[in-house]
Amino acid sequence: MEKRVKFKGLWLPILLVLPQFLITAIFFFYPAGQAIWQSLFIPDPFGLSMQWVGLGNFEFLLADRYYRASFLTTAVFSILVTVVSMGVALYLAVLADRLVKGSGTYRTLLIWPYAVAPAVAGVLWLFMFNTRVGVVTWYLGLLGYDWNHVLNEGEAMGLVVVASAWGRISYNFLFFLAGLQAIPRSVIEAAAIDGAHFWTRFRTIVFPLLSPTTFFLLVVNIIYSFFETFGVIHTITSGGPQQATTILVYKVYADGFVGQDLGSSAAQSVILLAIVSLLTVIQFKYIERRVHY
Amino acid sequence: MAQQNGMVERRGAGLWLTHVGLLVGIAFIFFPIWLAFVASTVEQQEIVRPPMPLLPGDQFFSNYARALTSGVNAPVSTMLLNSMIMAIGISLGKIAISLLSAFAIVYFRFPARRLFFWLIFLTLMLPVEVRIVPTYEVIANFGMLNSYQGLILPLIASATATFLFRQFFMTVPDELAEAARVDGAGPMRFFFDILLPMSRTNIAALFVILFIYGWNQYLWPLLITTDPEMNTIVMGIKQMFPSGDDTADWPVIMATSILAMVPPVLVVVGMQRLFIRGLVDSEK
Repeated sequence: MEKRVKFKGLWLPILLVLPQFLITAIFFFYPAGQAIWQSLFIPDPFGLSMQWVGLGNFEFLLADRYYRASFLTTAVFSILVTVVSMGVALYLAVLADRLVKGSGTYRTLLIWPYAVAPAVAGVLWLFMFNTRVGVVTWYLGLLGYDWNHVLNEGEAMGLVVVASAWGRISYNFLFFLAGLQAIPRSVIEAAAIDGAHFWTRFRTIVFPLLSPTTFFLLVVNIIYSFFETFGVIHTITSGGPQQATTILVYKVYADGFVGQDLGSSAAQSVILLAIVSLLTVIQFKYIERRVHY
Repeated sequence: MAQQNGMVERRGAGLWLTHVGLLVGIAFIFFPIWLAFVASTVEQQEIVRPPMPLLPGDQFFSNYARALTSGVNAPVSTMLLNSMIMAIGISLGKIAISLLSAFAIVYFRFPARRLFFWLIFLTLMLPVEVRIVPTYEVIANFGMLNSYQGLILPLIASATATFLFRQFFMTVPDELAEAARVDGAGPMRFFFDILLPMSRTNIAALFVILFIYGWNQYLWPLLITTDPEMNTIVMGIKQMFPSGDDTADWPVIMATSILAMVPPVLVVVGMQRLFIRGLVDSEK
C-alpha cells in the first residue's frame, strides 16, 4: 500500500527519521549485534582479551545439565501460567457475557490488576505465603500442611505460576469478553431452540468461534511468561530452590550479571532471540491471514 | 415478557449463580491487594505474630508517612518521582520519535525508506531482556548509569509505536494532504495542523499503554540504578527486604507496594476506554 500524495524533499524526511534511527541504532542494533558477536568468544578471567571459540559457547550450553533443565523449567512454567491465566479468564468472561446488565461493572472491577507490575504482584504473593508471617501459610499450618516454598521445589514453582498468572487474568479476560460479545446472538439462540444446553453450545459453537482469540492469546501469553515474569521470579524465589524456578530469562541475568560469564550469557541471549523471533513470526503469519478478534 | 432478556441469558437462580461465580473470581483477584492494604495500616507487631488481622488497623498515616519520608534505603517519594519521570519520559519520547518517523515513511519518498521500514520491523521482535548485557555496556560507556537518560533511552529503542502510527496514517484520506499542498502548506504545516490533531485519540491510547509499560519496568532499573536515590518504586520494593535473617519492615514495604500500584491503576481505571483501545491497537 502506498500513498498517492507525497511531499517533496530529501533532507526533511531524513531529518525526521534521524532521532529514531540514532536511538535504535545505538541502543538496539548495536547491543543486539554485540550479543551475537560476544556469543562467539570467551573472555579471559581478567576481562583483558577475548578468545574466539566459534560455536563453543553454544555447544557448552547445550551440554550443560543446568541449561537444559532451565529449558524444561521454562516450558513447564510458561505452559502453566498460560493455562491458568487463560482458564480463569475464560471462565470469568463466559460468566460476564451471560449477563445482560452489569458486565461493564464487572469489567471495570476485573481489568485494573493489569496495571499491577509483575514485581509488585510477586511481593504481594510472597507476603501471603511468607514462611514466617504469611497468612495463607499460617492457615495451611492449621490444616496440618507445612508450606515452605523456600525449600520445596514444587511449591516454589506453584507460587511463581500463580503470582504470574494472577496479574495476567485481566488482560485475557478483556480479549475473551470482546471475543464472546462478537459472536452473533442469533447463532447461539438458534442452537438453544434446537435444544442445545449451555455446555453443548459452548463446546460446539462458542469455543470454535472463539478460537482466533484463543490462539492469539496463547502466543501473547507464552511471550509474556517468557520475558515479563522476570520480576515475579526475582522477587519471590530468585530462581531457587536449586534452580527449580530459573527460567531462561532469569538465567541470562544470573549468568551475565551475577556470575559474570559474558560469553555464555550472550549465547543464551541469542538462543532466546531465536525463540522470540519464531514466536513473533507465528503471530504475524496468523495476523496476515486476517483473522479478526 | 418472560423472554425479554433473550433466551440464552440466565434468569432466577442461574442469574444468581453467575453473579456468585464472578464475585468469587473478583475476590480471588482482590484478596492479595486487600491483604497488602491491611498490612500497610497495622503495626509490625501484628504482622510478625501470625495470623495478622484481616481488617485495617489505625496506623495508616504513620506507616505511609514513614514510607514516603524515609523508606528503607531511600524515601518512597523520591522513588515515586523517579518512576514518574521514567514512565512519562518513555511515553512521550517514544511517541514523539515514532510520530516523526512514521510521517516520513508514509508521506515522503527517500532512498533508504524501505530499508528503514524493515529495520523498524526487526525491533518489534526483541524485548530488552534479551540484550541486557550489551545494552548495559553501552549505557556504562556513555556514563549513563544512575541517570534518567539511561533509564529511558534503551526502552524507547523499539518501533512498535512507529508501526502503529504508520498503519493509522495510511488510513488518512489522501485528499487532505492534497488540499494542504494546493493551499501551499508545507509538509510540517500539514503535520502539525492536520495530522497531529487527527491522531489525538491514537496518541492518548498509546500514552496509557506506554505509561504502564514504563512504570512497571523492573529488570532494567534493577541493573542500572545502583544509587538508591535513582531507584524506581517498582524495583525499589525488593531492595527494602533485608538480606539475611532480619525481619522485613512489612508495614512500610506493603505501604510502598500500594503506592507503587496507585498511579498505573488510576490511569487504567480512569481512562478505561483509551486503555482498551490502546491494548487492542498495540497488539494488532
